Amino acid sequence: MIEGRWVRVTECDNIPPREGRAARIGDRELAIFNLGDRFLAVDNRCPHRGGPLCDGIVAGTAVVCPLHAWKVSLETGAVERPANTSACIRTYATRVEAGVVIVELQLRAVGELTTGALNRCTDT
Amino acid sequence: MKTLVVVGNGMAGVACVEQILKYERCFDITIFGDETHVNYSRILLSSVLAGELAPDDITLNPLEWYQRNDIRLRLGVRIGDVDAERKTVTGDDGSVTSYDTLLLATGSSAFMPPIEGLDKDGVFAFRTLEDTRKLLQRAGSGVKAVVIGGGLLGLEAARGLQVQGCNVTVVHLMATLMERQLDPDGGYYLAGKMEDLGIRVLLGRTTTTVVGSDRAEGVALDDGTVLEADLVVVAAGIRPNVQLADKAGLAVNRGIVVNDQMETSDPDIFAIGECVEHRGVCYGLVAPLLEQGKVLAATITGNKGPVYTGTLQAAKLKIMGVDVFSAGDWSEQNAEPVRYEDRALGVYKKLTVRDGKLVGAILVGDTSDSHRYMDWLRTGADLTDRRRHLLFPPPAADGGLDIAEMADSATVCGCVGVTKNAIIQAIHEKGVNTLSQLKETTRASTGCGSCTGLCQALLKAVAPEFEEDTKKVLCGCVPFSQDNLREILRSQRLKSVQEVLDIYGNGLGCEVCKPALSYMLDMLWCGDHDEDRSARFINDRVHANIQKDGMFSVVPRIRGGVTTPDELRRIANAAEKYHVRMVKITGSQRIDLLGVKKEDLPKIWADLGMPSGQAYTKGVRMVKTCVGTDFCRFGVQDSTSAGIEMERRFEHLYTPHKVKMGSVGCPRNCAEATVKDIGLVGQEGSWQVVVGGAAGKSVRKADLLITVETTEAALQAAELFFQYYREHGNYLERTYDFVVRLGIDKVRKDTVYAPDAVRQGLLDRLQKSKARARDAWQEGQAPVHRTQFIPLQPIEQLA
Ligand code: SRM
Ligand SMILES: Cc1cc2nc3c(=O)[nH]c(=O)nc-3n(C[C@H](O)[C@H](O)[C@H](O)COP(=O)(O)OP(=O)(O)OC[C@H]3O[C@@H](n4cnc5c(N)ncnc54)[C@H](O)[C@@H]3O)c2cc1C
Ligand code: SF4
Ligand code: FES
Repeated sequence: MIEGRWVRVTECDNIPPREGRAARIGDRELAIFNLGDRFLAVDNRCPHRGGPLCDGIVAGTAVVCPLHAWKVSLETGAVERPANTSACIRTYATRVEAGVVIVELQLRAVGELTTGALNRCTDT
Repeated sequence: MKTLVVVGNGMAGVACVEQILKYERCFDITIFGDETHVNYSRILLSSVLAGELAPDDITLNPLEWYQRNDIRLRLGVRIGDVDAERKTVTGDDGSVTSYDTLLLATGSSAFMPPIEGLDKDGVFAFRTLEDTRKLLQRAGSGVKAVVIGGGLLGLEAARGLQVQGCNVTVVHLMATLMERQLDPDGGYYLAGKMEDLGIRVLLGRTTTTVVGSDRAEGVALDDGTVLEADLVVVAAGIRPNVQLADKAGLAVNRGIVVNDQMETSDPDIFAIGECVEHRGVCYGLVAPLLEQGKVLAATITGNKGPVYTGTLQAAKLKIMGVDVFSAGDWSEQNAEPVRYEDRALGVYKKLTVRDGKLVGAILVGDTSDSHRYMDWLRTGADLTDRRRHLLFPPPAADGGLDIAEMADSATVCGCVGVTKNAIIQAIHEKGVNTLSQLKETTRASTGCGSCTGLCQALLKAVAPEFEEDTKKVLCGCVPFSQDNLREILRSQRLKSVQEVLDIYGNGLGCEVCKPALSYMLDMLWCGDHDEDRSARFINDRVHANIQKDGMFSVVPRIRGGVTTPDELRRIANAAEKYHVRMVKITGSQRIDLLGVKKEDLPKIWADLGMPSGQAYTKGVRMVKTCVGTDFCRFGVQDSTSAGIEMERRFEHLYTPHKVKMGSVGCPRNCAEATVKDIGLVGQEGSWQVVVGGAAGKSVRKADLLITVETTEAALQAAELFFQYYREHGNYLERTYDFVVRLGIDKVRKDTVYAPDAVRQGLLDRLQKSKARARDAWQEGQAPVHRTQFIPLQPIEQLA
């Protein structure tokens, strides 16, 4: 079993409602979104051509990439548009404690990151 | 001259007098009205209640009209008695007035059902301007209102009160809403829409009592429910005002009985409007009353001849976003119903056909075809050949020919690279039937859009169940056309994107509707709206253009393409300091610094000390100018100064799509003004102002808007067009499409040839927006959010 590691990232109000922000943790760049009632975190790289998802417009529980408008689910990491695209991105479990967003990263060996628990996207 | 006394200063009476005045003058006219206002449009009271219009906006005949036509007007006087023998009427002010001819146009009154406590304070009817004023005084946020009656009037009252902030419940006696205009299914759909707006609807319930001491505190229903209410509106129907006719001894049933010449049983007394009954029908809508007025005017002036034989009744609900239309006889007795419904879309349509002719129609949720049906109803058109297409227009003759001629491997969409074959596959394998589905699955036609027609034709030819996208709606999240939305936002005073999405949409929004709504709000409220950056594209959050690697480009404003050595030095220094990858002279006479990090944007802007060139947004780009009279031996107008001045007047403003301009000193057109959104073309002694030009993905020569003599007049014409485009252009519609859609004739009529007040209105709103507009790069110094430009600095790092 891989052990989860929770990392305190930022105060909630550093991310305005319905917007995303980038955060570099270890060798990963995360895009963390404030959906009003919760925070969701994914890799900050669009599966199309690596666009910065943190800069996309939030549409419900998905984000629309600013470069070519691929639509990616923030809950599952799956690409919702174009349809039938199998690519997806990693998602990370999050929680809020004392006004701070905490994200779960997983360590295989020291310093090496792997996918989060909720992640359906296992091929990257 | 004979004396004509008119009792009732309402819509029907005054309209009939207008008709009478069209004949040779044969009467000395006096009008009595018990309301204190000159004749106004009662229909629009709903709009006054909803805050869309001010009371003064609905006046139909101002005082000067009465004076100009020598009509004695007595307002605030109620006629209490008629003596048909002595031919006099008596007012409640004691006055006695003799007549030769009497016209009763007393309308109706709100019907007050047998409910206890209707005399309590806080209980109102909704019939007059006075009622409406009182309602507006009491209405407000958090006020609990109960509307008794779920007919046209009740529902419009309910929506109006809700817009004023009240929590509204409609209590309706019958099992479905508007049962006089809609069948039970239609009523059901309507109820859903009212509930969606946030208005509670209780059906099949009788109100028994208004409870409370002196003041209404609630209403009690027959099932024992008691609803809290600070405000109660009774809209339970109307009753014709026939008391005077009774006193005059006229034949009266439900209304005052009139024949086809609009005569009553007394040769000297006539009646018109809601108070009359013709062939057993009392009308409650304006159109029939106006028709009656024309006939009566002929009869009363001794030109007897025209007859009135009845009117086809058609009603529309005047609630924005709740489209309801009903006309004719929609009962299914002895008729064949033709139906369509879609619960998810909330659309219900029913037509009734008898002997191959349309006799009735009900439309809920989509009334866009109501004109066609009214036409069929009026003309009694024979529909036998059109039976298959009553609810949908017929398919085109041979739309498939062009498509058949195209090779399978041919590219349909050049931007995204989609072939004919790929589209056919998507149609067969993914069940694609509409253009939006095609866009969604293949992304074809999502780039420049020039292949939309082709995609549409392919779908038509190939898809087994092809459907035109029903309405040109903004997007699935807020399913209204942009025209419609502008009206909704304006009339409902909505100021934030989220509010619009919550009330009129799915509460979420997407990358299509959010930026569009953001633009509309900014434009409508001249910048005085609740700006929501989450609804903006990234370019408009950080005021720079995002590039393929996530970096940004920076294009400072260089008005008219004219710069200085000092500016150039600052640009050069900044380019070095921030390691800009490329410095490029753009196709628009300015300089682009490409490859700047988001977090460096505020710093580079500060170093440049120049305003934003808005090269990243749907807004005012630039004015390209030529050297003009200052240097050029052919220059006949100072195009450089004129261009710079135009740029100053428009800069920092947002527009439906980008606006690029040009200003040239002579028709040689060196700065390409005739292919710009707005161009000034200098002539000997005059300027031509041209609009709607393009040299991007389509090429189009601009249309001439107007020729004027002075530079100031040219700039003003440009301002008029600019603001007109801002107000009427759809989001992402360039002027070259906008001008074509409207037609340059209409554009001229609505701008440079418009009446003074209209032109002034455009200029005022432009000024208002301009006064609030700021150079977006100032946000570098005062960010709207502390992490607007910078990435998060994690509190913790991995060990
Ligand atoms: C930088 C520049 C090219 C250059 O190196 O010269 C440029 C660059 C871009 N143009 Fe352009 N256009 C540039 C002049 C033009 C011109 C020529 C002009 O302005 O006189 C045109 C034709 C005129 C016109 O606008 O119609 C032009 C027609 C387009 C179009 C097609 C517009 C259309 O409806 O026909 C697009 C796509 C769009 O807007 O939807 C576009 C879109 C773009 C975008 C913004 C694409 C994007 O969304 O990222 C490019 C940004 C590159 C970047 O990273 O900064 N660009 N583009 C020019 C900047 C001008 C400036 O100073 O602001
Ligand atoms: C809120 C509202 C919305 C409506 N919406 C629509 C709509 O969308 N479409 C539509 O077609 N119709 C609509 N109607 C109905 C339309 O307004 C009426 O059909 C129309 O006004 C009737 O005209 P009238 O002249 O017969 O009566 P009125 O307009 O009522 O005029 C009669 C006038 O006579 C006065 N009067 C009566 N008795 C006396 C007396 N004894 N002495 C002196 N004065 C007297 C009354 O006070 C009144 O001012 C609406 C009505 C209301 C109230
Ligand atoms: S033409 Fe314009 S949009 Fe196309 S690649 Fe060049 S800069 Fe980009
Ligand atoms: S990189 Fe995200 S859509 Fe192309």
